[in-house]
Amino acid sequence: MGAAAPADPPEADLPTVAHRVREHIVRMCAGPEGGHLGGSMSLVEILTLLYFEVMRVDPRRPAALDRDIFILSKGHGAMCLYAVLAERGFFPVAELAEYSRPGSRLMGHPVRAVPGVEMPTGSLGHGLALANGFAVADRGRRCFAVLGDGELQEGAVWEAAMASAALGLGNLTAVVDRNRLQITGPTEDAIGLEPLADRWRSFGWTVREVDGHDFGALREALAPNGTGAGPPVAVIARTVKGRGLPSLEAETRSHYARLSGRQAERSLAVLQARRRRAGS
Amino acid sequence: MTAAPGTARPRSAREVYRDLLPELMRADHRLFCLDSDTGLFEAAAFAEVPGRYLNLGIAEHNLMGTAAGLAASGNVPFVTTMATFAATRALEAIKIDIAYNALPVRIVATHGGLAAGHLGPTHHALEDLAVMRALPGFTVVVPGDAGQAGEAVRQCAALPGPAYVRLGRSATPDLDGAAPGAGPFEIGRAQWLRRGGDVAIVACGPHPVLAAVRAADRLAERGVRASVLNLHTLRPLDVAAVVAAAEGTAGVVTVEEHWRSGGLGGAVAETLAEHAPARVARVGMPDTFAERAGGQEYLLDRYGITTGAVVAAALNLTGGTHGGGTHDPDLSRV
Repeated sequence: MGAAAPADPPEADLPTVAHRVREHIVRMCAGPEGGHLGGSMSLVEILTLLYFEVMRVDPRRPAALDRDIFILSKGHGAMCLYAVLAERGFFPVAELAEYSRPGSRLMGHPVRAVPGVEMPTGSLGHGLALANGFAVADRGRRCFAVLGDGELQEGAVWEAAMASAALGLGNLTAVVDRNRLQITGPTEDAIGLEPLADRWRSFGWTVREVDGHDFGALREALAPNGTGAGPPVAVIARTVKGRGLPSLEAETRSHYARLSGRQAERSLAVLQARRRRAGS
Repeated sequence: MTAAPGTARPRSAREVYRDLLPELMRADHRLFCLDSDTGLFEAAAFAEVPGRYLNLGIAEHNLMGTAAGLAASGNVPFVTTMATFAATRALEAIKIDIAYNALPVRIVATHGGLAAGHLGPTHHALEDLAVMRALPGFTVVVPGDAGQAGEAVRQCAALPGPAYVRLGRSATPDLDGAAPGAGPFEIGRAQWLRRGGDVAIVACGPHPVLAAVRAADRLAERGVRASVLNLHTLRPLDVAAVVAAAEGTAGVVTVEEHWRSGGLGGAVAETLAEHAPARVARVGMPDTFAERAGGQEYLLDRYGITTGAVVAAALNLTGGTHGGGTHDPDLSRV
């Protein structure tokens, strides 16, 4: 059957959506289990832009044949993905309040039961190979995988990276959320990743480096690579873990946070004040 | 002594699979062949199905993940690697990317059991059946000969969920010679190769099944009537056949080219414990890695996966005397 063209995204003011997504993440961290706050906050602009502007998706028909594919390889960023999917209309925003509660489908890592989630992820190093498979299956669609920078320590990432280039998957874009922190501290103090751009280049990728919180720069970086048959594109997005909450920004301890009701209210007030200041 | 089975046209299951897959792919555009530098396939064989043969190199995790992405896009990938690399190196990708999503990926694993022979324990797959049958929704098949391997590949192409097909390495005798009239091979349905009420022998894989049949014939010479079941599908297991084989007997001997834990013997013991409690003696690889070189036949003999071991285990159950020819001192404690 031929799928109808996906619905155009709603007229969206991207900074406003991103702001709401951050508020959702804070509220989810005030749920019974807390959540991966830092690595969700660093993704907000990337996922907002993908779902509201770049990708062909149709929330009414998540399995439409002509959709683009998104894989959140760093599955611990699930809260950000859920919030963006809900904002985009894949499921009611109200359901976000159920995050991590017993019986909810919103688990701490993405699960396929959630409309819009293509693949369950969370064990690191899986997403790029999955995206390769989707990209091989239909070269007419674009496939995106978002990887954490610490995740690049997994060898399977580089198995897949070699294959993406060898298969000429010009329809594939890997975005590295380069927030420079993993659970134990700076990535460069663990198993360092630099020179990161050169590493991807040496595997046959076109590399674009950008400020991962700048919609304009991200928009350019996520543009198709022209032919669609050339090398895959790696976008190294420089981001800040915990972005939006100054007390947690670039802090190792932001990796996982359980916020009390008061802490959440304070955090929301901080986000709103920032939004007002930034707001034109 | 039975008639020398299958000496007429020995074929390897791998060759049958190699020749069959391009044919199946021509008939069904959803089928892909994902290779991992096995050397089994020639790209030219897929000239008529351009873009659907991918050699992804020596990278088994990537192989399984790519297969999952393809399958989630409506395709049916056949993935080929050695059993040991599928079931251990790539296990997490199989569990999460394939089983969790219930995707129709077919893993055709070569060099099952001790088939890699002198190449040693890094290349022996003696845990794969335990591992694969633990995964929800997986069909797990161990064809008894090359013809059954072809049937297994053909039939599993149509399954809705994931499948694991374990093949050996070299040519093995055709079972028809040892068990004429066994009936068609059908995934999920055990084959009755002998019927007898004193003891039951349940086996999977070419060498174990032959050992089971030969043991039954040897037992018959001693007046012991043994049933022989080719339990080629470990999941979904043919519970009715296992129960029927066990009922009224002195017990069940299982035979497999696998560690004794968790494979065929484990599956049969679980099944009987639930449905028809019976004594079970497990003939399989003892709790050790191979510590000497040797071909598959040598290793099977050395570690007691033999006709003699099956006879001994059966006689032990039926209260007869031991006639076993095993080198495994542990067998009496099976």
